[in-house]
Amino acid sequence: MVVEMNETKGVAMSTPQPFSVNPISRAGGQLKSRGQSPGEANAGSGAVETKISASGLDFYYGKAQALYGINIQIPARRITALIGPSGCGKSTFLRTLNRMNDTIVGTRVEGAVEIDGENIYAPSTDVVALRQKVGMVFQKSNPFPKTIYENVAYGIRINRLAGSRSEMDGRVEAALRNAALWEEVKDRLHSSALSLSGGQQQRLCIARALAIEPEVLLMDEPASALDPLATQKIEELSLKLREQYTIVIVTHNMQQAARISDHTAFFLLGRLVEFNTTDKIFTAPDDERTEDYITGRFG
Amino acid sequence: MYSLLEPELNQLRDHVLLMGGEVEAAIERAMRALTERDSELAETVLADDDRIDAMELEMDRTCIRVLALKSPEARDLRFVITAVKVTPILERIADHACNIARAALDLNNEPQLSQYIDLPRMSEVAREMLHAALDAFAASDAAAARAVIERDDDIDQLYDRIFHDLMDHMSRDQNAASRAARLILVAKHLERIGDYVTDICEQIVFMKEALVIKHSQLSK
Repeated sequence: MVVEMNETKGVAMSTPQPFSVNPISRAGGQLKSRGQSPGEANAGSGAVETKISASGLDFYYGKAQALYGINIQIPARRITALIGPSGCGKSTFLRTLNRMNDTIVGTRVEGAVEIDGENIYAPSTDVVALRQKVGMVFQKSNPFPKTIYENVAYGIRINRLAGSRSEMDGRVEAALRNAALWEEVKDRLHSSALSLSGGQQQRLCIARALAIEPEVLLMDEPASALDPLATQKIEELSLKLREQYTIVIVTHNMQQAARISDHTAFFLLGRLVEFNTTDKIFTAPDDERTEDYITGRFG
Repeated sequence: MYSLLEPELNQLRDHVLLMGGEVEAAIERAMRALTERDSELAETVLADDDRIDAMELEMDRTCIRVLALKSPEARDLRFVITAVKVTPILERIADHACNIARAALDLNNEPQLSQYIDLPRMSEVAREMLHAALDAFAASDAAAARAVIERDDDIDQLYDRIFHDLMDHMSRDQNAASRAARLILVAKHLERIGDYVTDICEQIVFMKEALVIKHSQLSK
């Protein structure tokens, strides 16, 4: 059996031709359209614009180099997963995308990271505005010790995004709906955020990030502290958010990367070994090291 | 994560059914090309086979992708494995239909040997079996699959009868020899199709019940 791993649908049979015998009636349903399935998002869809790119990116924690010459182009409105063994640099790289590493003393960046074509490490960069445009969700959810409402409202308020109380209410509701949390909390908006379950807190953190209208959402192992059901909700939510936001997710869970991402980047010892469609990475990666990691031969 | 897997499984199911429908049509048209002496129809069957081959390649790609990316387990895994195994069987059935079409092209150039009675009957049984097998696959119905396997005996009996009739014919009339031989081969192709449909049904029983009945008494 020869299988061609093409990204595009090279075969004319992508859409079935009509013919006299109609077997669809057997299934009792319609042939589902090939819509949102992540692995197929780029197949044959033509050029996708680049949202984030890194070129020649080196990163140092003091004297220790953590990233070596990273070159990557992350597409807009897709989910890109960063995978690799512990200490490979994937979280470090993620944090370079909204300059969260700046908060760590002694770090140094060389090379460029561009978002929408602009180098975010240029001296003129407004880092606060950058972090509004590029939101982040962490492994351990960290809601403010305030009410659910206030958690979402806080960012809206300090960014002056709402002119009136009713506008604020509307934006809070929209953010909570966007994060698939509204139905669960709409009757308790003024209770403490800390009374929510782990999965709900994580979705609240996502709502908080969404409330200030980002374009990119960075997620650092957002579900690793959650049970399978809560994880499933986060994954379904990510797929929904992908329609509007560029999502970059660091994950230890390879099945998760396989399930939801469109592209996958494999990091090893501070280097980007391979970056390709998730379909390709998980069926026929180019690099042997990638294949060894994916198949659990090390890591 | 069933919600992420379900659309993929539905897509796989639909594609198997679409491909099966194409194969059913190929059998029907190939036999009609013979019984109605319609060589143009035979050519159509041969041309359309490329489409069926392309569907097989697409199914291969889809199955690998689903296995790699969606981690199906238990009955979902058995379902995908069944799709993997059934697809090439369907393609081989279509190849046999092509062989029948080619035989029609040859036979249509010569006077018809005799009335075709048992051959179209045999083809009809094969087609009904395939249709029922695809229904059983769609509904994940092991009992229906088993019922189809029973019918393979009808095909085998028809084959024996056709074989003897044509051997008889050949011994009585030397001029009939090559035509009779071709017709025996047509019957053989139909008999193989029956066997392939049986294979599909054994796979459906495995899919539903996790019970392997092939190569055993359970399928006899």
